[in-house]
Amino acid sequence: MHISEEQLVLYRYGEAKDAAAIGEHLAACATCRAAYQSLERVLAAVDQMPAPDPGENYAAAVWQRLEPGLSDRAGGTAFQAVPHRLKACATWRRLALAAAMAVLIVAAFLLGRFWPGPRTVARQPLPEQVRERILLVALGEHLERSQMILIELANANPGPQLDVSSEQRWAADLVGDNRLYRQAAARAGDPAITAVLDDLERVLLEIAHSPSTLSGGELERIQRRIESGDILFKLRVVESKVRRQEEKPNGL
Amino acid sequence: MSRPETGREGEFRLLVEQHSRALFGLAWRMTGNQQDAEEIVQETFLRAYRSFDRFDGRAQPGTWLHRIAVNCALDLLRARRHDAGRVELEAAGSDAGDAVPASDTAPGPDRLLLSAEVQRRLTAALRRLSPIERAAFVLRHYEGCPIEEISRELGMSENAAKNCVFRAVQKLREALQPLV
Repeated sequence: MHISEEQLVLYRYGEAKDAAAIGEHLAACATCRAAYQSLERVLAAVDQMPAPDPGENYAAAVWQRLEPGLSDRAGGTAFQAVPHRLKACATWRRLALAAAMAVLIVAAFLLGRFWPGPRTVARQPLPEQVRERILLVALGEHLERSQMILIELANANPGPQLDVSSEQRWAADLVGDNRLYRQAAARAGDPAITAVLDDLERVLLEIAHSPSTLSGGELERIQRRIESGDILFKLRVVESKVRRQEEKPNGL
Repeated sequence: MSRPETGREGEFRLLVEQHSRALFGLAWRMTGNQQDAEEIVQETFLRAYRSFDRFDGRAQPGTWLHRIAVNCALDLLRARRHDAGRVELEAAGSDAGDAVPASDTAPGPDRLLLSAEVQRRLTAALRRLSPIERAAFVLRHYEGCPIEEISRELGMSENAAKNCVFRAVQKLREALQPLV
């Protein structure tokens, strides 16, 4: 039996768990040794990629460009002592305001722009193209991250026990965002996308609420759940729709 | 005329002087573009400046700046994903039918051409990586970050980070396989 490509990559970076066994196998197996040498050549070519030299005076140039901006941003007092409690308070206010704005913007964007139909949401006096592109990218990222976690679990090998605590935390983080997108899609009257996001939310919730260590049977149950609804395929379709919108010259 | 520097401003300027070039290298590897790299360095220091008062010195300044730069680069790459898509199409078109045979014994000019072709393919392949794959690969390969640290920096599980690095290497390998 030969060593998988993934194991070779991890071995090359010193991250393989069974490095000694892999080393012994490479010494004995000409096929795997050839594959490893080929990998080494590819990564050696990567190492030879020249990075441009920014020049001797680069740091001075960076500072020159920074300095006026620093004084503007700070109102000339950035480096003066400001009580930390006051600063923390201001930071919380900014964060709360930013969070509220983000929810409003995402909802407005999803309701009024992503799904076609009469535009009833009042336009915000913000730079449209930039804002919409960022939001599309955010939605695309959400779909991409969701796919990654599902792919990871769908491809995991059912063993006696599998620690999925990090996947759980990740799924729990995604549930909140997903709910926002799903509700906005429902209000915008797009049943197809609502259904996909609804399916996704159920799977994410199942992952988030499953035991942090899965038995083989529990993992297989989740894998069947992922496969049975073709959720990965549907997510890819929605993501490609979002990406196409993102690539249009005028945003949406 | 420059305004006089305060003590903290002097400290910050020192950070700029010490870390600009390293951050430029990191940013260039993550974007493959000099202008983007310069933009990222600038934005990194602006973000660092805003939180400089909260930087308590427990972390190494280089590590702190490095983390900010990675986030800036990711933001930029995500925002410019549509450009990457265009490059992908162009690269796919130019790759068709122009495979150069591998040769270890080729004479000088051929070797030069081969090396240029390797670089061209590598550049195209790096651009085809998703922002997360590229970030994970750059952090692992060039910066020597362990998978566990990459997973923290990119906000993903260790398995996902591993997959990203693996997928990136696989794509680079596919692009270079006939040549190296």
